[in-house]
This record gives sequence, structure tokens and C-alpha cells, in this order.
Amino acid sequence: MKNMLSEKTVALKPSGIRKFFDLVSEMDDAISLGVGEPDFDTPWHIRDEGIYSLEKGRTFYTSNAGLKELKEEICNYTKRKQGVTYDPLHEVLVTVGGSEAIDIGMRAVLNSGDEVLIPQPSFVSYEPCAIMAGGVPVIIELKAENEFRLTAQELEEAITEKTKLLVLPFPNNPTGAIMEREDLEAIAEVIRKHDILVMSDEIYAELTYKEKHVSITEIEGMQERTILINGFSKAFAMTGWRLGYACGPRAIIEQMLKLHQFAIMCAPTTSQYAAVEALRNGDEDVAEMKTAYNQRRRYLMNAFREMGLECFEPFGAFYVFPSIKEFGITSEEFAARLLEEEKVAVVPGTAFGDCGEGFLRISYAYSLDNLKLAIGKLGNFVQRLRGEKQ
Amino acid sequence: MREELLAIVERNSRIDLKELAVILGVEEIDVINELAALEAEGIICGYHTMIDWEKTSIEKVSALIEVRVTPQRGQGFDSIAERIYKYPEVTSVYLISGGYDLLVTLEGKSLKQISGFVSDKLSTLDSVLSTATHFILKKYKDHGTILSKKYEDTREKVTP
Repeated sequence: MKNMLSEKTVALKPSGIRKFFDLVSEMDDAISLGVGEPDFDTPWHIRDEGIYSLEKGRTFYTSNAGLKELKEEICNYTKRKQGVTYDPLHEVLVTVGGSEAIDIGMRAVLNSGDEVLIPQPSFVSYEPCAIMAGGVPVIIELKAENEFRLTAQELEEAITEKTKLLVLPFPNNPTGAIMEREDLEAIAEVIRKHDILVMSDEIYAELTYKEKHVSITEIEGMQERTILINGFSKAFAMTGWRLGYACGPRAIIEQMLKLHQFAIMCAPTTSQYAAVEALRNGDEDVAEMKTAYNQRRRYLMNAFREMGLECFEPFGAFYVFPSIKEFGITSEEFAARLLEEEKVAVVPGTAFGDCGEGFLRISYAYSLDNLKLAIGKLGNFVQRLRGEKQ
Repeated sequence: MREELLAIVERNSRIDLKELAVILGVEEIDVINELAALEAEGIICGYHTMIDWEKTSIEKVSALIEVRVTPQRGQGFDSIAERIYKYPEVTSVYLISGGYDLLVTLEGKSLKQISGFVSDKLSTLDSVLSTATHFILKKYKDHGTILSKKYEDTREKVTP
């Protein structure tokens, strides 16, 4: 065959994490701080509900947009948490993880050549999804001095006539940054002025450690122009269930539903039944896990202070993003040497965008004992690097 | 901080005080004071160690005993409970709603020792109407800890 592959797909850069993953998986005894998912098992009552649904023979497709009860519970949840109302019939779509929602959300709103503003460092999917949807990614490089928040000025400067959509990835993976109400109000003004759409990926919404998470949909005039993405993976420790959802204006959800229906049919039925239970009776589990994450977050911040490693205090997700600029080597080099010399795996900041250079993503989805062990080794390594420099 | 502190030390009473202060986001002196206050108020009543005796060569037998009693005038169940819990081999005594009154847990060296305690001491008490003894064959989970299985991290080592 002459040309077997799609040029567009071939041109996509492979995920920077993949390379590192291959290195780590060759090493059996490596201690990892590189995981982007909770260490908790899905709470038993939720798993039990999934098992029960199988026992009862609920093994068929659900309707394309998802189980009616689940969509209703999602709307109750959004109302309860954010005070924002969605119509379960027309404004909610249950997807295969937040990732699917990102993909079909982009495809539903973008025309060829539309510019998509993507703040980085951020999750690895936005850029390729924008490209595959025909959009042109425009990267906004977030800055450590702003605690990796998106400022109104940065947004204003990136907007052109072709700007269609802003991706808003907060609480942020990999930096742990959050946007508070006043931050959101400031950018909302710019968004309204230029009449652009927002895709707000709030998958880590439950994991904020300062004040209650604020969704951009709570800000005046934003709900009608926002695709809100959330899911069960992080809050309820349900990554393997592959279940997320999108809420948004009916016109957009309708188009997303079309794509979802042709590509996916419906999200996994077992997971949907389990998710109903998660939303009805899972608040306490979430609170418990959040308390544990917060304790680990404090532990890490203190360990970095003692080590003299520069790090802004992140208030979201389960990541810290320390700077390694003092050592004068690249993030990738740092991570590779740390793995080789101390057998500790972290993810180089560059896996989440070029502007992640000089930073590492360290996950605290690990037990305190595990963190202590790994941080001890990181401390040794840092000492050694400082010694080399002198 | 009280509730969070209690939740932590209930699971791990050996945690280092400095570390405890760090993860709670408070000063070490505050942790020391709070623990002292909790002890003084009788909220923290002891610091025990969970041991899976099964894994040792030391023989231990434990039992749950359901006890039906006649409550005493003016004292309810308290005085009979006290008479029972004073025996050192009794590890816990609970007043229970439902089909019987007191649930007594007992630890001994042998079946014989426990049955001796029940027949000689417990059932001969005046207000005890009847007893039903259940010997524990295996402990799967105790104090929120699963005894039979060790935690294993089965996640992929690096994920986005």
C-alpha cells in the first residue's frame, strides 16, 4: 500500500509521558511518584453497586446520553456543589472518562482554523484533540510567579479574531494550581468581551484544599458559553471505570451526543450504575480521601522547605510542581538521573508542555510511608547535585 | 484539628509528633497540648498495639459471649456490667440492644480456660439469666485493618 497512514495523526507528537513510562517499567524496584490516579480503591459500596448491577443482569446498552438516574444525579450534584442548574434531558452527556468529553467537545464546536487557547503546563490531551478537531492550538504559557494561574492579561494577549475556545484546566494537572473566584471573574470579563467559548475541565474539583472549588459556570454569563467537564475518576477513585460527563448548552451537547453515539454508543453500563451510588452516598468517602491528600500535601511542602527546593504552594489536585532550575539541568535529565541513581520516578514538567521546563510533577497519591521513603531519596539526590555544582 | 488528630492517632498512635504537626498544618506545641488535653479529658484512653497473634507461636483463644441479665433496681445494667468487666480476662463489655443485653469479649489461653470462666464465674452471677458463647475461629479484619492481606500497589507506575 502506498500511503497507509493519516498524515494528521502521524504528525501528532507522542505523549511525553510515554517515553518515561517505558524507562520506569524496565525497573522493577523503582519507587514511583509518577502516578496520575488515586491510590485509594473505589469505596466498597460503589463497587458493590457495580457488582449488584451485573448480578441483576444490567448488561445492556444504556441510552446514548447515559442512564436517566445518573444524569439526574449529576444535575443534583452540580446544583448542590456549584449552585448551577442543568437540564438532565438536554444538557448532560455521560462519557467514557473526562477524556472523551474533551475530544468530542472540541469536535462539536471547532471549525477548521479556529484557534483554541490552551494554558500550559496542563493535561496532555488538549493539544492533540484540538488538532484532530481541525483547530489550531495556541499555547498560553502559565508562570510560576502567578502560581500557574491564568491571568486576564495573559488571556487578552493570546486572543485573536480566530479565537473560538479557551480550555480552562483547573484545578490543574500537573501544577496543582487553582483559580479562585476573583481570578475567574477577571478572565470572565475578557471571555465575555471577546465572545469566546470555554471548555472547563474540572475533574479535580473535589480536591481543593483552600476554599471550596469555584466553577467558572458560577460566574455571571459563563454557563451559557461553557462546556463543563467532570467525572468520577479522581473524586471517587474510579479511574478504571472510565466514566466522566459533560454539561453545557443544549446546542453543544446535542452535537456532542451525535459524535458520542456514533463512536462510543454509550458509556459502560456497570460503571454508570456504580456512579449513581457514588453521587448519592459518596460524599463522606470524598471528604475522607481529601483529608488524607491534604495531609500528604502538607508533608511534601514541608519536606521541600527543609530540602531548600523551591516550590509554590499548590491548593488543588494531588500534585506538587517543584522547580529544579537551581541545578542547571533539564527536567528530563533530572528525572532520568533520579530514576537511575535513586530509583525514584517523577514526571518531567516538559511532559505537560514546553513551559514545564525546569519543573517536576510529583504526585502525592501515595501513602505517607511511601512518600517518606521517596522524599528521603530525592533529598539525597538533591544534596549530591548541589555537591557536584560546587 | 481535634477530629482530624483523633482520626490519625486512632490508626497510628506511634506517629512522630513533629510529623503530626506538619501534616495537620499546625505547630508541634499545639499538637502536644491537644494530645495532653485529650488524655486529661479521658477522650484518649490508651495507646494499644494491634497484634495478629495467629502469626505467633503463642496460643490465644478469644470468644464473644452473649449474656442475658436481670437489670437491678436503681442501677440498671451498670452494676452487673461492672462485676463482669472487673475480670482481667474480659477484654470488652458492651450493652447491646436486641435479643440479649451484654456482649462480652474474652481472651484466654485455651478453650478450657474460657469455658471454665463462663461456667464457674459468669453464669453463676445472680443476675445472669443465660449465656451463649461463640469462639472466634479466624479474624479477617480488626479495628479497621484487614489482617489477611497486604496492600499491593497495582497501578501503572507512570500515568498522565
